[in-house]
Amino acid sequence: MDKIVTTGIKGKGIRSDCFITLEISESFSSGHVIDLTSKVKSLYGSSIINLCKDILNFYEIKNAHLFVEDSGALPFVIAARLEAAIKMLIYTDKEYLLPFLAENKYKKFKDSRRFSRLYLPGNTPSLMINAGIHKPDGVILDLEDAVAPTKKYEARFLVRNALRNIDFYGAERMVRINQMPMGIEDLNYIVPHNVNLILLPKCESAAQIHLLEENIEKIKTKHGIVNTIFIMPIIESALGVINAYEIAKSSPNVVSLAIGLEDYTADICTKRTNEGLESFFARSMVVNAARAAGIQPIDSVFSDISDMEALKVNVLKSKALGFDGMGCIHPRQIIVIHENYAPDDVEIEKAKKIVKAFLEANEKGLGVVALGSKMIDPPVVKRAEKTIQIAINTGKISLNWREEDEQQ
Amino acid sequence: MNNNKILEQKINAIGRKVPLMANGQAQIPYMGVGKYRPDGFKHAPRISTCADYPADGNKLVSDLREALIRCGLRNGMTISTHHHFRNGDLIAVQIFDIAHELGIKDLVWFPSASFPCQEVLTKYLEDGTINRIEGSMNGALGKFCSEGKMTGIGVLRSHGGRYQAVQDGEVEIDIAVIAAPTADAFGNANGVNGSAACGLLGFALADSQYADKVIVVTDNLVPFPCIPWQIQGNYVDYTVVVDRVGIPEKIISGTTEVTKSPDRLLLAEMTSQFCVEAGIVKENFSFQAGAGGTALSIGIYFAEY
Repeated sequence: MDKIVTTGIKGKGIRSDCFITLEISESFSSGHVIDLTSKVKSLYGSSIINLCKDILNFYEIKNAHLFVEDSGALPFVIAARLEAAIKMLIYTDKEYLLPFLAENKYKKFKDSRRFSRLYLPGNTPSLMINAGIHKPDGVILDLEDAVAPTKKYEARFLVRNALRNIDFYGAERMVRINQMPMGIEDLNYIVPHNVNLILLPKCESAAQIHLLEENIEKIKTKHGIVNTIFIMPIIESALGVINAYEIAKSSPNVVSLAIGLEDYTADICTKRTNEGLESFFARSMVVNAARAAGIQPIDSVFSDISDMEALKVNVLKSKALGFDGMGCIHPRQIIVIHENYAPDDVEIEKAKKIVKAFLEANEKGLGVVALGSKMIDPPVVKRAEKTIQIAINTGKISLNWREEDEQQ
Repeated sequence: MNNNKILEQKINAIGRKVPLMANGQAQIPYMGVGKYRPDGFKHAPRISTCADYPADGNKLVSDLREALIRCGLRNGMTISTHHHFRNGDLIAVQIFDIAHELGIKDLVWFPSASFPCQEVLTKYLEDGTINRIEGSMNGALGKFCSEGKMTGIGVLRSHGGRYQAVQDGEVEIDIAVIAAPTADAFGNANGVNGSAACGLLGFALADSQYADKVIVVTDNLVPFPCIPWQIQGNYVDYTVVVDRVGIPEKIISGTTEVTKSPDRLLLAEMTSQFCVEAGIVKENFSFQAGAGGTALSIGIYFAEY
């Protein structure tokens, strides 16, 4: 076996990554030969080389020629790149894992807020490292469309290490796996590492969700994992739209239903427009299927990252259709998405009046709630309560809004 | 590195070995915060007399070469320039072209910063026209210094430290050449008017006050008095008119573009929020942002506030 393999990325403008060239051969007699080029060699050269030696020894490799072309990669990136290279050359079940960052052990819930979820290409460490500081509700480490077909294998190691070693500051830790059946293999790299939610692209049937869950369960049992792993199927085809409701209610772990419009419009032989007339049916189907199943309907991404005004219009339209959130592909979109999915001042004031009237009616022991001359039905109260809760969560009003309003 | 650069060294307060002499000047190793108390008087230029200047105050001479000769340009002098034109500067290189033609050697170039447009000066560092740069050394000039090719020892100062070094006489400027977008024949000058307007000329202010000789070079000569003036004509010895002093479009170099990086924009936004909450952001307040995309972006958020 005298094969040379390479992993990682190098070149102009590449940051936080490295390019590994590895050759293992019995004919090498001098132990490991490790070459390193790096802008930070004088500061970190010995620590990078020691990490590489440790990994080679972990896999009991005796004679390796290793060339690391570093562009400022963090240890978890170097480890992912080298492990992928080693596994292209030898067969082993062992995994080289750096210690799991304690900050990453948090849980999420079925009704956690999912206004925004930031897509991060699964093979691009520079975009992952600071993603959490922009405070998206979720980060999606994407193994599907954002990763070139030839890089799919090594991206899995990077995503696994990112789940373990990047602090996403409380954002829901999501991974978009590949389409079935390729996505099944991705699970081994994410399920044991506290992924909160898995996005299943191109979902077309409840059977796909069941297959996914069976495989998740197998891995959970093997690793003794008890945490719930949520699922967000993405509806991206005509068949998916037609089967939206059976998908939405296929499992208690399906907490939201997303729509992906690029693939969907291609599937129905049209193109995506800003007006969105072509996707009105599909979006409404997803909203209705999700609401019928009691889960969150989530909208597609808005792809013009320079036009924040158009994004705002898009979010308001999406909210009016009934969606609870949408994907984003640039951190600057997050704040616009949060501000516009959150209730506006008029909605908050109206909700306050309804909730106050309800509480007062309760205090007086009245069974019927009235606001002025209008009767208020229980679902209206429920919606108002939800609006108030979101307003509190997004910092638009304080937890003690009722007392504060009375003092004014 | 030349052997004559290896001099006696001492460990300073933060444990770093530093030389006690550089370029023949005694150096003071860092002693810790508040430990060093400077002594003595501020530097002052030589007294000049009105007997040496035309009675009508017209200090115009034919060209930069003439002005430099009249300033007594000779071997070993320290020549200062400012960097308000950043990568659009057209004057600094001319000075050393002239010095080279005149066969002058061992000059010290003391810019407030250097830019890629001045890369050609490496040839004068090589042939001995320039002994060393005291100021920022970037790009090709920086590489030249880093590779130990410069004859003298490069000295880096912060912008504030440069001003202080001029005031305290740590650096004695023999000739300050101040490129000015607008000036009158007496030497009053500003950076805000004229086709090459670059903003303020703050970095040249200390040079004008403390240099032994001061030349103002402009491409927009206005009748006396040039209003407003930032450089006061009283300090100026000669004025020169050229076709062009600088290219204002090139003021926007790599470090003066607003950043597009979302991470850096977030830093700028948080900094602006900090200033707002500290109560220092008011209508019509003034602030200075350093070069660098992140710092410059803070202005966007102040405007939004």
